[in-house]
Amino acid sequence: MNRRGWRNRGWVLFFLLPSAIPLVLFTAVPMVSSAWVSLHRWNLISPMEWVGLDNYTELLRDPATRDVFAHTLLYCAGYLPLVFAGGLGLALLLNQRMPGRAFFRAAYFLPVVTSWVVVALVWKWLLNPSSGLVNSLLGALGAPQPGWWTDPAWALPAVILASAWKDLGFVMVIMLAGLQAIPQDVLEAARTDGASAWQRFWRVTLPLLSPSTFFVVVISLINGFQVFDQVYVMTGGGPSGSSQVVVGQIYDLTFRYGRAGEASALSWILFAVILLITAVQVRGQRRWVHYA
Amino acid sequence: MRSFVRRAAVPVIAGLVLALAACSQGSATRADEPVAGKTTVRYMNFSANDGHEKDLDAIKAAFQTANPDITVQIETLPYADYFTKLQTAVAGGTAGDAFELNYENFVTYTANGSLAELKDVDAAPYKASLLEAFKADGKQYGLPASFSNVVLFYNKDLFKAAGVAPPTASWTWADEQAAATKLTNKGKGVWGDYQPISFFEFYKALAQAGGEFLAPDKKSSTFNSDAGRKAAEFLVAKAGKTMPTEAQGAGTPDFDSKLFKDGKLAMWHSGIWMFSGLADAKFDWDIAVEPGDTTKASAMFTNGAVVSAASKNQAAAQKWVTFLTSSDDMVKARLATSWELPPVADTDKVASYLTAGKPANRQAVFDSLDATVLPPVIERQQEMQDAVTKELSAAAAGRKDVATALADAQKAVDKLLS
Repeated sequence: MNRRGWRNRGWVLFFLLPSAIPLVLFTAVPMVSSAWVSLHRWNLISPMEWVGLDNYTELLRDPATRDVFAHTLLYCAGYLPLVFAGGLGLALLLNQRMPGRAFFRAAYFLPVVTSWVVVALVWKWLLNPSSGLVNSLLGALGAPQPGWWTDPAWALPAVILASAWKDLGFVMVIMLAGLQAIPQDVLEAARTDGASAWQRFWRVTLPLLSPSTFFVVVISLINGFQVFDQVYVMTGGGPSGSSQVVVGQIYDLTFRYGRAGEASALSWILFAVILLITAVQVRGQRRWVHYA
Repeated sequence: MRSFVRRAAVPVIAGLVLALAACSQGSATRADEPVAGKTTVRYMNFSANDGHEKDLDAIKAAFQTANPDITVQIETLPYADYFTKLQTAVAGGTAGDAFELNYENFVTYTANGSLAELKDVDAAPYKASLLEAFKADGKQYGLPASFSNVVLFYNKDLFKAAGVAPPTASWTWADEQAAATKLTNKGKGVWGDYQPISFFEFYKALAQAGGEFLAPDKKSSTFNSDAGRKAAEFLVAKAGKTMPTEAQGAGTPDFDSKLFKDGKLAMWHSGIWMFSGLADAKFDWDIAVEPGDTTKASAMFTNGAVVSAASKNQAAAQKWVTFLTSSDDMVKARLATSWELPPVADTDKVASYLTAGKPANRQAVFDSLDATVLPPVIERQQEMQDAVTKELSAAAAGRKDVATALADAQKAVDKLLS
């Protein structure tokens, strides 16, 4: 490389620094040190004590680990279809010419950029079993009034509902971009060939949206496995641990019980699970993702 | 390559310097420059939260007048977040010079070495048993700051309306259950009784039934016994019958105090720290010593003040915690507002508490002290509390039978002790 190339590379590095420094400081360093901590018993205060892989074997045997992974999977299973179908539906709707389109697009995106704590508190109030708006409406309609975050059976669904509502706008925006990237002539050709609206959607739009769908599914699943804020604020993992998720458990282990070693080990187990699922998805995409 | 090093290094180093400068600037705001000759003592606490902030400020003002060379900086946090925050602060080296600890968490903190030993403590002002509670390995690591107990609150109006005789000190569980059944009126949303189904109520009920939570050597638990099953059964049977269930909101913060204040609860097992909060209740209420089973046992809690081992101002911090826990100004502030009781040995000093207003039967607070039970304490305290509460809630919600829940709880606690 000539002098100029090297010189440019220096400037490239310089402009990378603002993001590279935090990345190294707040992601790379903590990751490496958490791997180190995961091999120790450590209560954050006393000196660390080497235990090898004990934390991992202990966690894999602990029924609580199974429970929190089960709750996290349940959360993903409820959240993903809801947010995807809702987001796609909104995108299709707001891709039409209609009055106030820009306003609605912005309105649905608003929750995405709102703090999770704010959204979770609002939903907690809305879903208050005894005095919330939702149960008042259900009561007026004569429908049953679930104990949302006080009933173990309803705590996770309540969190799923709030999460899907908040992330709807994100999926909508990705899908809108995907919809607008579909060449009009392909749709027109289908129409000329006599395809009905339904057929055009299933045979043309949906397959051509598959890159966006793939992106949304991968990102949503990763986010789903990392769900924490809304659970922490709305249910605190309760009642009786019925909505405790993996990251919530990591938090409790560290900050409630002073078991930072096991918490770090659980973080790495979660990392491995997410990596595996994402790898499977990336591999599987060849079969169903069509790039136009 | 040399040219790369020379040419590229300039902007890279410039960037690093900028970033580092930004970091150090951020942390520079933390260090308070001490005023010449003045020491600052930071004190973290939870018990002034929610209503007693001014009272603690009054004690602080009196201390600063007596010790003009020391400034006290108070940080008050809600109880629910306090121990999480404290642990993080201690681990990160940002804890106060002195902080409050309850008796339950005292063992955890002496075990992890974050407390400074208090030397030359004058034992005379303190109730001996309370001072003893903050000792470990024969060394004084904390001073008792206050104590409180749990009594049976009752709504006199609801008792009168239902024609039920009000509770007396001789009541047993059976009397309580019978009255609660009569007082419960689900149609009107009125409940007869409320006693949280939790670790804290369980170890007390266990003691009332004559059981022991831990073996004498504290190496195993012994609550999965006949007395334990009886105590758990007593608590669990209330849910849904005379007391709201978890699904109806029981166990969520402030649920019970709101229910009682709304006049929808006839009997309530709660602490004397609730007195001032009930001052503006629109109905007549009083208290009684909690009913027992084979024996009486009232829950007693005590909070202490400790000095951080990491503090640079330990001498000044000890001066503050000594004043905070034994001065007459403290006694005055606590009694004037019916805060938790002062830990003083001299009972004459607390006599005015009896006539300080509602409830009328304040004598019950002192009568309860005749037979008390302190929480069982182990190093992994929080986990033990959560495990027992979780199993009992499962039993209360019908997800497990009482015997299984108790056996599982004992297994979990034994694992924490091993």
